[in-house]
Amino acid sequence: MLLIQNGRVVDPARSFDGVADVLLEGERIARVAPKIDPSLVASGADRFDASGLIVAPGFIDLHCHLREPGNEPAETIETGTRAAARGGFTAVCCMPNTHPVNDNASVTRFILDRAAATAAVRVWPIGAASRGSAGESLAEIAAMKDAGIVAVTDDGKPIATAKLLRHVMEYARSLDLPVIEHSEDASLFAGAVMREGPASVRLGLHGMPAATEAICVARDVQICMLTRARLHVAHMSARESLELVREAKRRGLPVTCEVTPHHFTLTDEDVVYDSRYKMNPPLASREDREALLAGLADGSVDAIATDHAPHTQASKEVEFDRAPFGVTGFETALGLALEALVHSGRAPLARLVELFTAGPARVLGKKRLIAEGEPADLTLFSTEHRWTFRAAESASKSRNTPFDGRSFRGAPMATIVAGRLVWRREK
Amino acid sequence: MPTREKTQVLSAAQTGRTIERLGHEIVEKTGEAHGIALIGIRRRGVPLAQRLAATIRAATGAEAPIGILDITLYRDDLSLVAAHPVVQSTDIPFSVDDRDLILVDDVLFTGRTIRAAMNGLFDLGRPRRIQLCVLVDRGHRELPIEATYVGRRVETHPDDLVEVLLKEIDGEDRVMLERAP
Amino acid sequence: MSFSFRHLLGTEALSRGEITFLLDQSRAFQAIQKQPLKKLATLRGKSAVLAFFETSTRTRISFTTAAARLGADTMNLQAESSSTQKGESLVDTVRTLEAMKPDVIVIRHAASGAPHFVAERLGIPVINAGDGLHEHPTQGLLDALTISDRLGRLDGLDVTIVGDIRHSRVARSNIHVLSKFGCRITLCGPAMWLPQEMACIAPNVRLESRLEEALRGASVVMVLRVQTERLQEPALPPDEYIRLYQMTPARLALARPDAVLMHPGPMIRGLEIDPAVADSPQSSVLEQVTNGVAVRMALLYLLTGGAPAAAGAAPGGTPAG
Repeated sequence: MLLIQNGRVVDPARSFDGVADVLLEGERIARVAPKIDPSLVASGADRFDASGLIVAPGFIDLHCHLREPGNEPAETIETGTRAAARGGFTAVCCMPNTHPVNDNASVTRFILDRAAATAAVRVWPIGAASRGSAGESLAEIAAMKDAGIVAVTDDGKPIATAKLLRHVMEYARSLDLPVIEHSEDASLFAGAVMREGPASVRLGLHGMPAATEAICVARDVQICMLTRARLHVAHMSARESLELVREAKRRGLPVTCEVTPHHFTLTDEDVVYDSRYKMNPPLASREDREALLAGLADGSVDAIATDHAPHTQASKEVEFDRAPFGVTGFETALGLALEALVHSGRAPLARLVELFTAGPARVLGKKRLIAEGEPADLTLFSTEHRWTFRAAESASKSRNTPFDGRSFRGAPMATIVAGRLVWRREK
Repeated sequence: MPTREKTQVLSAAQTGRTIERLGHEIVEKTGEAHGIALIGIRRRGVPLAQRLAATIRAATGAEAPIGILDITLYRDDLSLVAAHPVVQSTDIPFSVDDRDLILVDDVLFTGRTIRAAMNGLFDLGRPRRIQLCVLVDRGHRELPIEATYVGRRVETHPDDLVEVLLKEIDGEDRVMLERAP
Repeated sequence: MSFSFRHLLGTEALSRGEITFLLDQSRAFQAIQKQPLKKLATLRGKSAVLAFFETSTRTRISFTTAAARLGADTMNLQAESSSTQKGESLVDTVRTLEAMKPDVIVIRHAASGAPHFVAERLGIPVINAGDGLHEHPTQGLLDALTISDRLGRLDGLDVTIVGDIRHSRVARSNIHVLSKFGCRITLCGPAMWLPQEMACIAPNVRLESRLEEALRGASVVMVLRVQTERLQEPALPPDEYIRLYQMTPARLALARPDAVLMHPGPMIRGLEIDPAVADSPQSSVLEQVTNGVAVRMALLYLLTGGAPAAAGAAPGGTPAG
């Protein structure tokens, strides 16, 4: 039994914001009330004084790469989830582009077994949409669903053809799974290493225009209209894409989208010859960033997702052109979101919490709230605690982050999963 | 920091007269300065060469052509200096082949500058003869080099500083000796 | 004014004063090249590694000549025969070279930013001999020297650059140099090779896709070669290019009568340039080559002096100091 006392509970799903105690029993929330009747609390119960902290439903990351199986030198389920816990995440959805690709039930079960044995937080695998994510034939989606996937995607790439996307979406709909799309036009992207614009021209690096993403989002939305399956646009970076998603929502289509912290913080002007600034989709323009921030604030964007993509030092320490795409992100996500949305005055705290909790839950067809009977997953954070993120101290095996040395105001302070305190910030 | 003792070796008037005397010596020893050319070593060898040419012109009517030689690229101590010094151009608007040259410099010390200057001249052609004219010879040669025309010999310690000021560059004519502490 | 940089990675970061200083220093080396005896012993005992990860004959020979005339030794690394083909990373190739203790590394690479990458990791001065699409700083400097010698000045000239601007590091380096002297630069080429953003990388740059318009009043006309090896997208048919952009005598006549015609080489006679233009008195192509050796001699001289500083600078960007 664990009693969280004196924290400010912010639960957007119930529109609740106030000081309250939360009592956890086993893996469930037993009671939430401004002052919990002491008679309900067992004598040996652990107590956590959350004065000055926000108590939120457990954060969910819709998009991350845990690299196991196949690229354990970069990350394992154990190290990745420990980093996630330090970021306040209680559940992470891991992408299927592992080796082998998670396109069948035995790989799904492997991931879940490893998670059961070693993970610090909940792991909800996402399965491949096509076999090998090669874009030719359907993967064993139903079998994977039974094994425990929560969505399908060919992330790393878009689903190869409109025809295949249609089949995947129809099938996924029948299985009540959302389809997550990495929207990108391959011909416009080919050879690009950053966003096309004044920065790419100055640096002499091949760029991809914003249309690269929007063209594919437009396609995806059309197929969504055709099939009425749930479409979720991954790591959206361009304002044109956001416009298409807004329009689709206006028309009542089941389209959702996520934005990563690096996309709402950095732009293509921040890129230098350093592969810690190289990811896909690439950092976009200032106008894009402004539009994404507005979308995060006004509800057009459903979730913040990290796209945590670890790579070994050796693989990233090469010429910009040759470096793999991707940056880590679990531990800096909340700090960046607080800076961009709350401290800047763009959005209320409840909205930020929603982007990490109820929003992602809705994409997956789940709920995330603090109420009796719900899973005892909580994220406790401070909006004021000042700290500096150092990549060398990260729990991830990898160090490829553009935020090394960045100072933050606000931080995750404790992460509770299934009633257990899995991480707590040292004072 | 111990103060260094500074004494004047040549006053403005003495400097002027010494240069004048050197010009006349050149005229005498070269047979009226026929065919000779002066090569001033940057930096202060240049105004010296110009003044010598003026004296020669006044004495004989002969125009001794003047060339400017920058020896930076021929120095033997470049690997020892902090940053490679700025290179100035060499400007010798005549052929040195088969020419009677007089190298002109302000101070003759170890002889390395003159060695470098000769290397520079030989890269340009094959002079018939090279003579050396210096305002001050302060001794402590490290190479077998001697000057034909010497304005003033000064006894120095190797750590002393000899400072030559010329009005074309420094606004006044003077030669100073600064003793090492 | 002096040159306090440890590396020459690009011309974008050089000030007008620094460029002027480099051109002045280059003139001393121009003079050496006119002497009967062109060889100095200035850099005797020093060595330069020429790490060319991209094929190049002209630039490599130019640097080799420059080093030889200064009395320095050169060690050559050519991509075809190098260990990068065997999968060795750039970091390791370069550390291997460092262990041979050269005094300067000259690097040409297909990846923009590769010289910066190397400069950040080695304690040795780096000269960029061309990185991807980014810069070819020694070309920018030798072009400026050529213009200055021909026209007596660099200030306020009308300069037209013609060709595949998008993929040209020569164009970028020239733009960075000439814009600092108040030149008005017109970039001209087929629309898909003329990105809008090039007008933003320096002041006084405009784009014009019609060659005749672009040439009017130009004092300097730079013709770029068509770089098939750098194209990501479908190439333009050669006949189209010739019809619209080949530099012919008639077109060159639209520029000022005393305009300098330049080309970084190698030329493809009959494609981007009419042979009559290439051989005309306005062509400064051969002077560019001679000036290339002078500029590279000046850089090798200036960068191999200097006390060995600590390796590396701030991550990213152009290391300075």
